[in-house]
Amino acid sequence: MLKIWSMKQQQQQATKAEGGTKKKKVTAAQLRAQKDLSELALSSTMRTEFADPDDILNFILWIEPDEGMYKHGKFGFTFNINENFPHDPPKVKCRHKIYHPNIDLEGNVCLNILREDWKPILNLSSVIFGLQFLFLEPNASDPLNKEAAEDLRTNREAFKRNVKNSMVGGYVKSEKFDNVIP
Amino acid sequence: METDSMNSTTIPERMNIDRTRWSYLDCVLKKGGPFTDPEAVFGDGVISRIESAKILVIGAGGLGCEILKNLALSGFKDIHVIDMDTIDVSNLNRQFLFRESDVGKSKAECAAAFVERRVKGVKITPYNCKIQDKDESFYSQFSLVVSGLDSIEARRWINAMLVDMVDAEDPESLKPIIDGGTEGFKGQARVILPTISACYECQLDMHVPRQAVPLCTLATIPRQPQHCIEWAHIIAWEEHRKGTVLDTDDPEHVTWLYQKALTRAEEFNIIGVTYSLTQGVVKNIIPAIASTNAIIAASCSNEALKIMTGCNPFMDNYMQYSGDSGIYTYTFNFAKKDDCPVCGNLARDMQVNPKLTLEDFIASLSERAESQLKKPSIRKAGKSLYMQFPASLEEQTRPNLMKKMSELVEDGEEIAVADAALSIPFRYIIRYS
Repeated sequence: MLKIWSMKQQQQQATKAEGGTKKKKVTAAQLRAQKDLSELALSSTMRTEFADPDDILNFILWIEPDEGMYKHGKFGFTFNINENFPHDPPKVKCRHKIYHPNIDLEGNVCLNILREDWKPILNLSSVIFGLQFLFLEPNASDPLNKEAAEDLRTNREAFKRNVKNSMVGGYVKSEKFDNVIP
Repeated sequence: METDSMNSTTIPERMNIDRTRWSYLDCVLKKGGPFTDPEAVFGDGVISRIESAKILVIGAGGLGCEILKNLALSGFKDIHVIDMDTIDVSNLNRQFLFRESDVGKSKAECAAAFVERRVKGVKITPYNCKIQDKDESFYSQFSLVVSGLDSIEARRWINAMLVDMVDAEDPESLKPIIDGGTEGFKGQARVILPTISACYECQLDMHVPRQAVPLCTLATIPRQPQHCIEWAHIIAWEEHRKGTVLDTDDPEHVTWLYQKALTRAEEFNIIGVTYSLTQGVVKNIIPAIASTNAIIAASCSNEALKIMTGCNPFMDNYMQYSGDSGIYTYTFNFAKKDDCPVCGNLARDMQVNPKLTLEDFIASLSERAESQLKKPSIRKAGKSLYMQFPASLEEQTRPNLMKKMSELVEDGEEIAVADAALSIPFRYIIRYS
């Protein structure tokens, strides 16, 4: 044990940690979330909403695409970050029932970096831009909503019309969607 | 239980205790070998050091049972064990300190009682609670911490706690951590000297997150029984039982998932969905292998003995073991990360005038030579003081700028400062002059 301490002294730490009883500490997950948020450069098409500004692990991200088929819509995603972050990815769900090949009717999102391709070196920014990308380039080859993916693949024009109808709260086939026009 | 061993500094009549049980151990404790630390002292002195050392074992499960048994049989006499869990019937195949009649009882208490019965003279103090229920004053009483945990969250917590406890003025404040972990046929043991060698957080991104199947595969083209179960777990439950929190320990819930998965499997002509597979997939159970636990626990206990006695050099600092195709181990020095958020930037003291507004405080931070911050965002545990990004959070925390520091932060509280210019947030302990 004595040997360990001499190793410590040899280190000649320039900085010094203070002993004594300390108050509650910031957890590593929170530190990382704070870092990710402080580096978040959101474009004008995106906005965050924190129900409780003291809880940075839970928030809503609003995306208002300014181009593409989903232009004029406003889409909310719930972000839930747990204490295992960044080992675990943030849990992200769409808050509305929307017509989109990669988002199912329950709001589950098929984005590789939210699940199978998540790595701790990725950050909130990567996820947020990934989500935005889904609205610019809906992807028929990773379908979560099979009908929407089929429509996109077989008839792009009909798919566009369906998107328009769904966004104003209309029906696509027999399914009614949420109005996402602000 | 012997009461005379309550005081850890006195050794209860050791000379009278028969050491035949430890005669092999005494071979290494009574004389040195070629690799012995030149400063090591042999004989009764080192034996009494082992006997009086207070050691904490975290976890009394698969690894914990082995570690407790090994430490007691290595001559440690003042062992403490903490575990929040109760005994399940499925533990009994490998957690050999428990019997069928113990099912439902505290793991820490049963394990402690069993080892005390079998190894005379050892005192094991159980704590039936979460590690997070204990504070710095609790952890500071131990010389060494051996952990056999099954969760990343708990490891990160204890690691951060022990790193933050290191006080450069006080040798006693540095508690080596010996961490063991197993998953099926694979395992690892590591020695962490908080603030000296790589800590758990330094090694965090080495973990391979558990393999996940793309959501769209589950939703559209399942190929394996596991895909059907995951589908029931993630998609069907939300669809049909929204609002009910899934409890993977509730047989009704698991049965529901099993039946959903079975129906889906039939639809896609997939065979192999069973109740136990369902349970395994939703609870992410990787079958525990008793021999892996034994090997890893042996390594951990061995390191504890070496660190406490100096009889041989201890591990530097990470040993990985794989037993699934042949047997393979590799030990290497895992480098400490300079930008580790836990041990790379230890919290430093900062003298602050309590009357300073948060705005002035932030301005003063930017002037500090070491930081060169651009747009610092400041938080303390559970509270955002001022976040410059994203815009909505900036707006919500802006009113704090006008507040005095003393209204926002208590004396001795820790704050974290994040900035685009910093690879990891700085932590400061605020001291009011």
